[in-house]
Amino acid sequence: MLITIKYFGQIAEVTQKDEEQIETSKGSILELLSTLNAKYSDLKHKEFQIAQNQELVGLEAKLTGAEIALLPPFSGG
Amino acid sequence: MTSRYNRHIIVSEIGQAGQDKISNAKVLVVGAGGLGCPVLQYLTAAGVGTLGIIDFDVVELSNLQRQVLFGTSSIGQNKAEAAKKRLEDLNDGISIIAYAEKLTHKNAISLFDTYDIIVDGSDNFETRYLVNDACIITNKPLVYGAIYKFEGQVSVFNYENGPSYRCMFPKPPQSGSVPNCSEIGVLGVLPGIIGSMQANEVLKIILKIGTTLSGKLLCYNALTLQNSILKINRNQTIIQSVLKHKADFNTTKTNFNCGTKITSVSIENFLSEKNIQFIDVREHHEQPKVEALPVTHMPLSELKSSLNKIDITKKKAIFCQSGIRSKQAVELLRKLNIQDCFSIAEGASEINNILLSTRPIWSQNAKKL
Repeated sequence: MLITIKYFGQIAEVTQKDEEQIETSKGSILELLSTLNAKYSDLKHKEFQIAQNQELVGLEAKLTGAEIALLPPFSGG
Repeated sequence: MTSRYNRHIIVSEIGQAGQDKISNAKVLVVGAGGLGCPVLQYLTAAGVGTLGIIDFDVVELSNLQRQVLFGTSSIGQNKAEAAKKRLEDLNDGISIIAYAEKLTHKNAISLFDTYDIIVDGSDNFETRYLVNDACIITNKPLVYGAIYKFEGQVSVFNYENGPSYRCMFPKPPQSGSVPNCSEIGVLGVLPGIIGSMQANEVLKIILKIGTTLSGKLLCYNALTLQNSILKINRNQTIIQSVLKHKADFNTTKTNFNCGTKITSVSIENFLSEKNIQFIDVREHHEQPKVEALPVTHMPLSELKSSLNKIDITKKKAIFCQSGIRSKQAVELLRKLNIQDCFSIAEGASEINNILLSTRPIWSQNAKKL
């Protein structure tokens, strides 16, 4: 299935893009993440949470959504 | 003469009754920096009856690019006090209280207890988790904002049974893994936009109108003008684990789950030491300088490339602006196998205050150096 992945903050700096579309047959968020880790080697050093279809989900969640977002914490103020 | 709040009162959704709610509200703003300034400015103008400002830091020249309450004449002044001075001119009909001190586990609960709504405009994770946890314990709504270069996040936590910050990010990131504004920079207008959104959330909570960002995180990108709103669910287990600390919160010396195992010690332990090197890991522009001590400057951003400045024969007492980067520096130096490094708990302003009060003792030892 074709999914859109959105990258925020420091994550977008690792991937060098704000969003991209990828074709995947992966069953879970965790499996998708390992695909992304292989594609972007610096990603594993970053902290982030994952949203699926605009809702934060755990790594064990099933990949069902059309849109995934990788959301890092910001500390600046 | 029309009243100061006429443009509020003539809005049918607000009216005199709404303006009275604003006048009766008590809001505490943590941090009078990039986010705190616009929040304070709009809440003061709106007539929030009691406005608290807590910030231990002093105004420096590089703040003026975004911290719009301050002018060149404020440089060197405490931010909470300088903000109060400007805000009292903007609105002399409200009560503005400046706390020129650091928010800690010790003072957070009693301080939060006296306010209705807490606004987080801090600039580091240690304070953000402290604010979140203290809001859970005191059951106060938290209006959250945070920024990174061109992007911002806004939400409302711990409100009407909604999620908390920890429901989104359960534990602080490893120290040093996420840079802050003084290390990486920020577009000056961004905190203006995000802080104004926070002020808007505060007013909606006070007035009980519209829908707040409770349970939702707004992500704003100033470059693309794309907004994303992500849903966050309440995690009762995480909230319960914070509530467990209710009784011993005041005595917690270090933040639980704080991403670093480095503990800090007071500068007072080192003032009588002879074989000691004091290292300032703040960036070159940061104020105030500590001039009463022989200090080696090694900004955290240049630490790895300036290791030759370290005197390996001496103990290293490392300080920064608030005691967070000093921990990161110690962690980094220990990883590089550099021994005898200590993180100083106090920031530069507090160190200067301590030195002023203990000067005779220190200068005696300084002569022996």
